[in-house]
Amino acid sequence: MKYLIQCCFIGLLSFSAQKATAQNMANGKKIYETRCLVCHQADGGGVPNMNAPLDGASNVVGNDIARLVKIIRNGYNERVALDGYYYSNAMTANPDLKDADIADVLSYIRNSWTNKASKITLAQVQKVKKK
Amino acid sequence: MKKIQNLFLLSIIMMACTVNAQDNAGLRLPAGFSATLFANNIGSSRHISITKSGIVFAKLNAPNKEGKAIIRLEDANKDGIADKINGWGNYGGTGIYVRDKNLYASSDQGIFLYQLNDQDEVVNPTTPKVIVKDLIDRRQHSSKSITLDPQGNIYVNIGAYSNACQEKDRMPGSKGMMPCPILDSAGGIWKFDGQKENQVYGDGKRYATGLRNVIGLDWNTQTNSLFVTQHGRDQLNSFYPQYYSDNQNAELPAETMYEVKEGDDCGWPYVYYDPYQKKKILSPEYGGDGKKEGAPNALNPTMSFPAHMAPMSLLFYKGTQFPERYQQGAFIAFHGSWNRAPLPQEGYFVAFVPYKNGKPSGEWEIFANGFAGTEIVTNPRLAKARPCGLAEGPDGSLYVCDDNKGAIFKISFNK
Repeated sequence: MKYLIQCCFIGLLSFSAQKATAQNMANGKKIYETRCLVCHQADGGGVPNMNAPLDGASNVVGNDIARLVKIIRNGYNERVALDGYYYSNAMTANPDLKDADIADVLSYIRNSWTNKASKITLAQVQKVKKK
Repeated sequence: MKKIQNLFLLSIIMMACTVNAQDNAGLRLPAGFSATLFANNIGSSRHISITKSGIVFAKLNAPNKEGKAIIRLEDANKDGIADKINGWGNYGGTGIYVRDKNLYASSDQGIFLYQLNDQDEVVNPTTPKVIVKDLIDRRQHSSKSITLDPQGNIYVNIGAYSNACQEKDRMPGSKGMMPCPILDSAGGIWKFDGQKENQVYGDGKRYATGLRNVIGLDWNTQTNSLFVTQHGRDQLNSFYPQYYSDNQNAELPAETMYEVKEGDDCGWPYVYYDPYQKKKILSPEYGGDGKKEGAPNALNPTMSFPAHMAPMSLLFYKGTQFPERYQQGAFIAFHGSWNRAPLPQEGYFVAFVPYKNGKPSGEWEIFANGFAGTEIVTNPRLAKARPCGLAEGPDGSLYVCDDNKGAIFKISFNK
């Protein structure tokens, strides 16, 4: 009986983890549309010279997760070089976004359009210290 | 056989000519106008200026593959297509203005003066005079457009390095600073001597203020005054969804044109212009709610355009080649929007405003369209060409340059 309950629990856990992934993407999309889309555009293509593209951007699908988390949280106010082009607009900080929301929106961005990269977990976001 | 070959060749050439003539370089123009692709792929061309002999100079946003950022284009055989192209200058920028043998070009920090010879070739490509230096460049709205008045004074825009002068730029809920400290050194038009070297802020004069970012400016010789086009603020609805819907954000605020005299204030950051209410509305960062008015002493625009279309160049037409209704009127190159999303982007065209006796005599209209190469632009990067600079040739043709790949279109009236 105990074994059965454990089985159920594990089953539920893995089920809920899968389910949460779809939820992550849905929540990430919602956040993207309200906070990111106006500058980075519906297709993640950004705006030449002004707002950096997210679709196909090496930094965005790269492994420096801490940098991505910091950019979402604190914004960005430097002229940024990305894949041979420069982008000059200041990015808005999002100090009110919860860590889970940051994980979701990053997961969404890293797995939308032509991007295919690992998902970002809550633990990965929590590891990045707030300034 | 040879004759047939020749005939064949001739017919191909004729076909090509017909196609080219009907094609108008892909542009849609009013009846009687035609266009040629004067140049293509010369590098992101911001502004252009033309000598009395018809030599075109273009200022590039950044040095091209050959490391040149000022491009000289000559159409020696007068077929409407540049056949001699060369360049110099290793700094990016926006402004370029030629008067007689003086060629001014701007970086994002200063203004340089080159000397031209009798053939309108540059004499001192590596040793220009530094006319103005040390202007504020904080990336946002950093480009410096220039124009001259008849006395040779130079006017330069210094854009505000901010969206709405918030304590923290583009931070939701961050309040507008009162008074806005940016306005002492940016957010306006400055006037400098056109010949004196090494001028800094203290040598110039703040000519007009309260202008967030001007890229198009021109001296109107009819009114003997300066006209400017301003880029209105962004993000009304993403920061204040309680006052503005997506649709309202896509339409607010207007892009505006002002006639400015010395000492004028156009109201930024305290107000923006609402073209529907036809009022200066208090910015939400300063306590506005989309209805409250503000800045009663600020200028009203002489013309307003739909939001976010980004007016990049302004030109009062001085020639007589175009029909009478175009004479003395204003052409405005619109770059096309990026922040109307999620709605489709708009405004990748050249507009015209008829003027009589220095006042608009009608509404604005689209003059030349089709630059984007696609009907609906969902993302600015999909637009093939984005109109950025305007100049009038000595024969009265209108030249339009593009700051995507660097095309230059020459538009003429054929009767």
